Amino acid sequence: MTDAPRERPLSPHTTIWRWHLTMATSILHRASGCALYGGGLILAIWAMTLAAGPEAYGMFKAVMGSPLGKVVMFGMTLATFYHLAKGIQHLIWDAGHGYNLKTATMGAIATIAFAIAATLAVWIIAGMTGAL
Amino acid sequence: MASYRTPLGRARGLGAAKHGVGAWIAERVTAVALVPLVIWAVFAGLRLAATDYYGAVEWLTSSALNPVLMGLFVVVGFMHMHAGLRVVIEDYIEKHLTRAGLLLLNLFVCSLVGALAVFSILKVALGGAY
Repeated sequence: MTDAPRERPLSPHTTIWRWHLTMATSILHRASGCALYGGGLILAIWAMTLAAGPEAYGMFKAVMGSPLGKVVMFGMTLATFYHLAKGIQHLIWDAGHGYNLKTATMGAIATIAFAIAATLAVWIIAGMTGAL
Repeated sequence: MASYRTPLGRARGLGAAKHGVGAWIAERVTAVALVPLVIWAVFAGLRLAATDYYGAVEWLTSSALNPVLMGLFVVVGFMHMHAGLRVVIEDYIEKHLTRAGLLLLNLFVCSLVGALAVFSILKVALGGAY
């Protein structure tokens, strides 16, 4: 008998999992986190162009205000609120609560609803305050 | 032959990261800190999107709160970005050299870009820009 470690599976085991809401929202949590890595870089570019002066900052604002820039920022808003809500559910899970099937599914539904509602609210406010 | 190793001793080091209680906790601590910070940052973003260069400088220099919270948001946010992507790399990249390279790249990008952002915020807040 040997004690050599077996080949261990990678997580999450996407190939053997049956699709259901809690697994889909968990995978989306990781995906939105990766997208927000790009959001962090945009935040840093904001700070650096602001420190570089009016000309650089004007260019930054022009790029972010372009149609493509707005699409990216809309996606970042959605990713932010989604990752925030799902992250809170993960923190509750880490504390050992909310594993009841019904509670977990309700949390996943609440996460999606909050992400969409908060994103729309922010973009409506942006439209009203002249941020667009 | 009987093993004299304890179950815990055999289990240690077999996770995808080989170790990592500290990293796991750090990811959660930064997550908790980011909950209020990100809500504040959304409102900050709305303010900044509605104004130009001079408005943004005014926003950063008019009080101590805005540059401090923005600096904290960048530092804690980049720590969380590093912790999160680190787990993703450890989970999916098995090839030793590729994994080590990506882990280093993740650390260096987060440190360098985060430091540049904090320096920029301080420069504007302390009056380097006008």
